[in-house]
Amino acid sequence: MSALPSLLRLLEVGPGLRTGFLRLLSLEPVQRPGSTTMTAATADFARATDVDKGAAFLERLPVVLRDWIASFFPESLRWVVGALLAIAVILAVFGSLFALLTLAERKVLGRVQNRPGPNRTGPFGLFQPIADAIKMLTKEDVVPREADQVLHFLAPVALLGFSILTFAVIPYGRRLVPLELDAAVLYFFAAGAGTELAVFMAGWASHNKYSLLAAMRALAQLISYELPLLLSFVPVVMLAGTLSTSRIVAAQAGWTWGFLPHWHVFTPWGFAGFVIFMVAAVAESNRSPFDLPEAESELIAGHLTEYSGFKYALFFMAEYFGMIALSGMAITLFLGGWQAPLPFLEFVPSYVWFALKLLALLLGFIWLRATLPRLRMDQLTRLAWKFLVPLALVNLGTAAFWQLTAHWDGPLSAARWVVAAVLVVGPFLVLGRGLTAGIATRTYRYA
Amino acid sequence: MNLALLIIAFVMLGSAAIAMGLRNLIHSALLLIASWAAIAAFFLWAGAEFLAFAQVLVYVGAVSMVVLFAVLLTRQSRLDLNLAPVPFGRALGALIAGSAVAGILFGAILGTPLPAAAAPPPGLTVRQLGLQLMGTHAAALLVVGVILTVALLGAIVLASNEAAPKTPEAR
Repeated sequence: MSALPSLLRLLEVGPGLRTGFLRLLSLEPVQRPGSTTMTAATADFARATDVDKGAAFLERLPVVLRDWIASFFPESLRWVVGALLAIAVILAVFGSLFALLTLAERKVLGRVQNRPGPNRTGPFGLFQPIADAIKMLTKEDVVPREADQVLHFLAPVALLGFSILTFAVIPYGRRLVPLELDAAVLYFFAAGAGTELAVFMAGWASHNKYSLLAAMRALAQLISYELPLLLSFVPVVMLAGTLSTSRIVAAQAGWTWGFLPHWHVFTPWGFAGFVIFMVAAVAESNRSPFDLPEAESELIAGHLTEYSGFKYALFFMAEYFGMIALSGMAITLFLGGWQAPLPFLEFVPSYVWFALKLLALLLGFIWLRATLPRLRMDQLTRLAWKFLVPLALVNLGTAAFWQLTAHWDGPLSAARWVVAAVLVVGPFLVLGRGLTAGIATRTYRYA
Repeated sequence: MNLALLIIAFVMLGSAAIAMGLRNLIHSALLLIASWAAIAAFFLWAGAEFLAFAQVLVYVGAVSMVVLFAVLLTRQSRLDLNLAPVPFGRALGALIAGSAVAGILFGAILGTPLPAAAAPPPGLTVRQLGLQLMGTHAAALLVVGVILTVALLGAIVLASNEAAPKTPEAR
C-alpha cells in the first residue's frame, strides 16, 4: 500500500505553478508563484494596490470598484471574489451587448435595404430583444424521437461554453485582463477549437441526413479557415516576441512623429495580416458572406434543422459571442488593443477605446452581411486554400524582412516601406489573378 | 491530498474506461476526446501551460476531427456504428496484455530512484521554450517538420485521382 502515496507524490510536479481556476477546486492559500503563470486575482491585486496612483479616476474605476467589493471578504477569499466578479461582469456586459447587437443588426440591415427595421416594440423598437427572448423561451422545445438525446442537448451548451471561455484573455483596458496567461493567444484559439466539436455533435445527434451533411460542410469550412486565421497572427507573435495578450498590446504603445500610432495594422505585414485575419474571422463565425453552414434561405438552416426554442437561440448567442471575441482578438493583435489613437486623446479611459473599436468592427460585420452575396462551397474553399493560406505564408516572410531591417533609417527607411509594400501587394495581385483566371474581369451590360 | 488532481485523474481514466465499454462508436470517440481534454487539464495542473493549450488545440481541435471523420466515412450506415460484443477470449487477452504493460510501467516508475524532496518548478516561459526549440533542438524540429510534410504529400498522392478534371464551368 505504500506504493500509491509515493506515486501520487511523483505526480505533484510543481505545486507552486498550478493555475488559478484549478486552485478553485483545491482551495489552497494563494502564494505568488515564480514568474510566469500567476492567477488572475493575485496578479491584479498586486498591480491594483500599489501602481497607478496618479492615473485618472475613471481609468482606475473598474479596479477600484473590484477592490472595494472584495474588501468585504476575508483576505484568503479575495482572489475568488475577484475572479467571480470578472466572470459576472463579462457575462453581463457581453450578454447585453449580444441583445443590443441583434437589434442593431436588424436596424442597420433594414436601413441598408431601405426599410425601417423593427420599430413596433417600445420606442424605436428598443425592446425587440426582450420580446425575442420571451418568444424563444416560451417556444416548444422539439427533439426528434430518434435523436441522440444527450448529445442533442449537449451540443448548444458546449458551443456556448467554449465561446464564453475565449473572453477570459482579452485585455479590455489598462490592467483589465480577466486572466493573465503567458500563452494567452494560444489559449484563445485552443478554446475556439472546441466549437467544431459542438457543430459535429449538433449535426450527428439530430439523426437527420440534412443535419449531418450540413455539419460536415460546416466542419470543412471551419477547418479550412482555421489555417489562415492561425497563420495571420503568427507575425504578430513573432515580432512582439510574446504570446501574452497584454504584452502584445504593450508592444503597440507610442506614436511616430506624434500622430502615427505603432499599431500593427499600420505596417505592411500588419495590414495584410489584419485583412486575412478578419476574412478568416468572418468565416469562422459563420457570418455572411460565408454563412453556408446555416444558410437559412437555401439550406434549411443546416445543422440547426432539428433545433427549436431556446437551444436554437443558444446557437446564435454562441455565434455572436464568437464574433465579438474574434473582433476583440483582432483589436488586441492588430489595432493596438485599448491604446488611444492619438496622444491628446489619452484622457479617455482605455476601456472606452476598446469598446469603440469593438463596436466599429462589429458594425463592419453587419455592413459586410448587408453588402455581399453568399459564396458557393467551392468558391469558399478555393478562397481559403488558394488565396488566403499562400498570402498568409508570404506575409510571414514580409514580417521577417520588416524585423530584420528594423535598424534602417533615413532614405533606407523609405526603401524598407517600398520593399515591404511590394511584398504584400505583389502576391495579392498574382494570386488574385490566379483565383479569377478564366472568368477574367466581368463586363456588365445595361439592359 | 490534492482534490484537483483526483478529479482530473477520475475524469481522464473514467472517460477512457467508459469509451472502451460503449457499443456506439461515436460516443466512444467523443469520450476519448473528453479524456484528451482531461490530459490537457492535467498538464495545466502540473504547470505546463503551453503544453496544455497545445494539447487542446491539436487533440481536441484537430485530431478529434480526423477520428470522427474516419469513423463516419468508413461505416456503411448508422446501424453499422454499433459494435457487436467482443468474445470472452479476446477480452481476456486484452486484459492480460493491458495489465502486463501497466505492471511494467509501474515497476519502472517505482524502481527509479527519484529525489524525495520536491524539485523546484522549472518555470518555463513560452519565450524560453521557443528559444530551446529554435536553438538546441532545431534539428529535431526540422526533422519533425519534414516528416509531417512527407505525410501530407503522401496523403495528397493517395487521395488524388489521375483522371484529368473536366473543364470547370462557372467558378
